[in-house]
Amino acid sequence: MTTLAPHTGYLTNRMIMATLRQPAFVVIMLIQPMIWLLLFGQLFKRIVEIPGFATGSYIDFLTPGVVVMTVLFTSGWAGMAFIDDMDRGVMDRMLSSPVSRGAMMLASVLNQAVTIVVQGVIVVVVGLLLGASFPGGILGVLVMLLASVLLAAAFASLSNGMALIVRTQESLIGFSTMLTLPLSFLSSAMMAREAAPGWIQTVSSYNPVDWTVVAAREALSADPDWAAVLLRLGGLFVVAVAMGWIATRAFRAYQRSL
Amino acid sequence: MTVPTGRATAARTSTHTKDDPPAIEAVDLVKKYGDVTALDGLSFAVRPGTVFGLLGPNGAGKSTTIKILTTLSRPTSGAATVAGIDVLARPNDVRRAIGVVTQGAGTDRQATGRENLLLAAHLQGMRGRAAKQRVDELLELFSLTDSAKRIVKQYSGGMQRKLDVAMGLVHRPSVLFLDEPTTGLDPQARAEMWAEIARLARQERLTILLTTHYLEEADHLADQLVIVDRGRLVAQGSPEELKSELRGDAVVIDLSPDASVELARAAIEGLAGAREITVSGRTIRTRVDHGASAVPAALAALEKAAVAVAAVTVARPALDDVYLRHTGRTFASAEAVNR
Repeated sequence: MTTLAPHTGYLTNRMIMATLRQPAFVVIMLIQPMIWLLLFGQLFKRIVEIPGFATGSYIDFLTPGVVVMTVLFTSGWAGMAFIDDMDRGVMDRMLSSPVSRGAMMLASVLNQAVTIVVQGVIVVVVGLLLGASFPGGILGVLVMLLASVLLAAAFASLSNGMALIVRTQESLIGFSTMLTLPLSFLSSAMMAREAAPGWIQTVSSYNPVDWTVVAAREALSADPDWAAVLLRLGGLFVVAVAMGWIATRAFRAYQRSL
Repeated sequence: MTVPTGRATAARTSTHTKDDPPAIEAVDLVKKYGDVTALDGLSFAVRPGTVFGLLGPNGAGKSTTIKILTTLSRPTSGAATVAGIDVLARPNDVRRAIGVVTQGAGTDRQATGRENLLLAAHLQGMRGRAAKQRVDELLELFSLTDSAKRIVKQYSGGMQRKLDVAMGLVHRPSVLFLDEPTTGLDPQARAEMWAEIARLARQERLTILLTTHYLEEADHLADQLVIVDRGRLVAQGSPEELKSELRGDAVVIDLSPDASVELARAAIEGLAGAREITVSGRTIRTRVDHGASAVPAALAALEKAAVAVAAVTVARPALDDVYLRHTGRTFASAEAVNR
């Protein structure tokens, strides 16, 4: 395990460099969350008039929701890099070298974390420009980013684990698409919890996506319930670690198929 | 742990001898994928410091063998050691001792040549200046210094392959696996890669296991080789040994347009030691023990019979003939079937 930290560093560096060398991809990643915020912000502007919304401004409400949706739509694709490596022979070369498997998983997660933090900051800035106000201040934003990074870690691990099992881009795209929208809508990302049907309220209380949204909104509010925030951050941490561990085990499944 | 002392000291001496423990040993390897048997009891041993060829058509089980020996895959049954280390019991120690050049590219196309090499060095536990020095050395060795800062996507096929091999060598492994090193390369790049492999085999204290489905590649590079077909070993030996099993050279005589084929055939049949005489059009083929001494005799006999000769060629038996003899089909037809 002594190789875990250095290997994670080298591999994360490799992934970030690869991303930076594709400017079109970087631009899309940066613009996509802005479009969502602008589009949804306009489309659902009057939704706050429905009873159940605590706030009078949908942009205040939506900004954390868009950050969380960005997490799902970005980290859900993490496994594509693994599949690319498999197709290119990079995966086989890695796995026949003494590289730490845990580091391969962690590097992918850290790469996602960096992306999510950049995207999250952009969404917050655009939200502020659109007139949102976050009484929770900088601390609130940091908590939101932390929760988002934990969710990204869980989701990227899931995507990587699936990639190692299904091994084709088509299957991974199908899996990721199948998961992201229902998980967002079974949460309070777009719609206030109290305005949703009872069964969705029940399901969402078990949904890590909802934990992220709730922790973020709570932390950004004027008077955060820190116990509720910590509970959800703890839950996200446990899920992220569990997913990371399971996904690392999936390397064995991949090697069994060789 | 008990180690026979005689063997232990022998392994530490600097020169390899025939009695050294094998660099690679595969014992009765079986690999099944569901109902499909990819390897059906394959055994072989590789002497240290040699180039060993694993030759067979696509689908013969070569890549499966490499995957097992490089710890990527586990056999259904059987055992193997690489650099004296059990691949099933201590895979991570094997990974430190070997260099692997996979059939795919194995390089990161978005990274530069230098970055690829540095990453490989770092993952093998090399640090700082030592890693950088080794990378520079390899860039120089493979004539990649000028392109070191370009991303691999812009490399030619031949350059990518060289970088692949360089990456496999970064930690100075004692065993290098090359899976189809020249597949997909144009003839010039292939010739360069052959020269590169031959140089490595001479200069570095290195055992190379090479898979190929090119007969001439195995013939050119391998000290020893096994021919694998449908997951089984069908023949083994040096290329020369395998070819000499066929006993003798082919002599091919092309007759002039006005010469009599019947007279020519009769003259050749009268030669001592001429076997397997066949005629096709104006060409007569025969097999003799020693081509060089048979040709003057054949020409003399033909001249005596007043038959004019356009050309004579002597061909040493090729591995094609070896493959045909052991499997009952030509290499080309096996490739077509397995594709």
